[in-house]
Amino acid sequence: MNMSEKTLLLGDEALALGALHAGLSGVYAYPGTPSTEITEYIQSNAFARQRNVHCQWSCNEKTAMEAALGASYAGKRALVCMKHVGMNVCADAFVNSAVTGASGGLVVVACDDPSMHSSQNEQDSRFYAEFAMVPCFEPSNQQEAYDMVRMAFDYSELYHTPVLMRLTTRMAHSRAVVKTADIREENALKFPEDQKRWVLLPAVARIRNEQIIKQYAKYEEDFEQANILDLSSGKADTGVIACGIGWNYLMENINGKPNFPALKVTRYPVSKKQIQTLAENCKRILVVEEGQPLLEKVLKGYLPITTTISGRLDGSLPRTGELTPDILRAALGLGEKEACGKSNVAVPRPPALCMGCGHRDFYTALNNVVKNYPSARVFSDIGCYTLGYLAPFHAINSCVDMGASITMAIGASESGVHPSIAVIGDSTFTHSGMTGLLDAVNMNANITVCISDNLTTGMTGGQDSAALGRIENICLGIGVPKEHVRLIVPLPKNYAEMEQVIKEEIEYRGVSVVVCRRECIQTAKRHLKKQ
Amino acid sequence: MKKDIILSGVGGQGILSIATIIGWAAIKNSLYLKQAEVHGMSQRGGDVQSNLRLSSDPIFSDLIPKGECELIISMEPMEALRYLPYLKKGGWIITNSAPFVNIPSYPELEKVAADLKKEANVISFDSDQVAKDCGAPRSSNMALLGAAAKYIEIIEPETLKDGIRNVFARKGEQIVEDNIKAFEAGFQIATKK
Repeated sequence: MNMSEKTLLLGDEALALGALHAGLSGVYAYPGTPSTEITEYIQSNAFARQRNVHCQWSCNEKTAMEAALGASYAGKRALVCMKHVGMNVCADAFVNSAVTGASGGLVVVACDDPSMHSSQNEQDSRFYAEFAMVPCFEPSNQQEAYDMVRMAFDYSELYHTPVLMRLTTRMAHSRAVVKTADIREENALKFPEDQKRWVLLPAVARIRNEQIIKQYAKYEEDFEQANILDLSSGKADTGVIACGIGWNYLMENINGKPNFPALKVTRYPVSKKQIQTLAENCKRILVVEEGQPLLEKVLKGYLPITTTISGRLDGSLPRTGELTPDILRAALGLGEKEACGKSNVAVPRPPALCMGCGHRDFYTALNNVVKNYPSARVFSDIGCYTLGYLAPFHAINSCVDMGASITMAIGASESGVHPSIAVIGDSTFTHSGMTGLLDAVNMNANITVCISDNLTTGMTGGQDSAALGRIENICLGIGVPKEHVRLIVPLPKNYAEMEQVIKEEIEYRGVSVVVCRRECIQTAKRHLKKQ
Repeated sequence: MKKDIILSGVGGQGILSIATIIGWAAIKNSLYLKQAEVHGMSQRGGDVQSNLRLSSDPIFSDLIPKGECELIISMEPMEALRYLPYLKKGGWIITNSAPFVNIPSYPELEKVAADLKKEANVISFDSDQVAKDCGAPRSSNMALLGAAAKYIEIIEPETLKDGIRNVFARKGEQIVEDNIKAFEAGFQIATKK
């Protein structure tokens, strides 16, 4: 089928459409900024519906990764999408999927968030590809995102390996016109030819390990073609390696014409030979990469010390934060352009819980109770309700990773903290909170778990929550006593009752769960409009 | 020919709709386009912006470099100030004058107005009120786009109107009409100033 057309798409959407057109059978994902729009695009795409492409949200990134691996085992092309910290959650499955290898094309998309616009760290997912010995693709623009995901599926099927595709925030959340290609059929159901490598007993895994190391060297060779080395300018003092979106910032500053040796990197591992050729044409190499100095460190092992390697480690580029065209401008030694001066009047405007949000009423009631317990600690979690840390609530003492509220409350309680309170959202609870609650029940930990249930995954824009309508039954099934699974409705008129319930459960010596349930006002508005 | 525009405001004020309409019109005019947006945490009442780059030649960076922006379109006066270091000297700011106060440290409004006029050309008017006067209180963003229309230059105001019709079509005729009315009222205000 050939229906080439031009569409305005976010980087995330371009990747999603590219995957669909490449013959995708299923996307497996948990929402997380800046990756959410990939799955959402497929969910709302008519062609995907017509093909019945799987696109329902998974409970977490690990279940998503494993389901996609199962689809790949069955010969189908599968996509896994997550934000960078989701890679930590699915790391066990991801790293071992490199050892089993893939059958149907398996592409794992990690969207990194340098500068931490919506994240708790700025970890660089390329490191996961490196230590799992998986090839990594990093597009520099929306068209490449569309085209590259097809190449990633093909590469995955050629080498029977998962491929990691890495996007960063600006790439994920910027729109440009994308030209589409022909639409491929899905793969037919087909079992792997090599059945043995899917059973990772040590004897099998040892053999696979040797194979993967050999294969990894082959990737390096292949990517000599894909990563483009431009030596047309002849020799210069400084040459530049620019990765992914960093290439655009470089081109922006030199009007698209490098007068120095330049290497555009969109694939990893980068060829040692290619780097050495570049080094023969300059004395210093500036490495421009979003995230952490991965390539900069690799270069130090590749080149003699006579070549100066510059980047984030020697201060040529800032050690942290996302790149911008202005940062590149300074690193290239180009002068600043004239602009209006910075305003001293504008003040920061941090995000806040929406007016009318149920989390607000919950925190008001919780604060009223907790003020009577000076030794109370509130361990919170990842979601809109993390904003309860900010004014006017100042209601929480921690936010670490998905699910850490319940488990940290256990540890603190056993160390003598009382009251030890966990605050977790409904979606985060089914993502990684349930197993912690089972620990709490088994240990009979003296904690109070407040599930602030807004019936959705709020922070990422209101995706379906895996917990919908089942929170109490899940808690009972895990073993929380029936009389200590309480329901409250967070509204100002209910403050007295809410406070009474929270107080009673704090006073109870054991595991109790207070479900605080009212629909997210954003999704409620949307539902109202639809009616 | 190129036009680098920063759209700014507070999460939920409708800057992405402005971006969508300009984007639609840019494609209609066969221009190159890059549009960087803010999604995620900041959309909850925080400051949001969109970098919109339109050009007759290919565009490299998704982000506008400092000193290259020619036009700031802002749904909120203090939010316009935040992006001054990106604005060319003598560039234009088209802003809603009605403040969105959701922080205790919000500066005095006179100070905001004074700072706006320091280095840039400014059209500041109460687009919330203009939209209300048109009987379209939810179309403040379109009143603002109307006021900015002739400064976008690379796209004709009529094409932007086609964009409004197209983008809002699925929401029904009444909503299209409301938005066109607000756009025209904003356009008139800018023409008078």
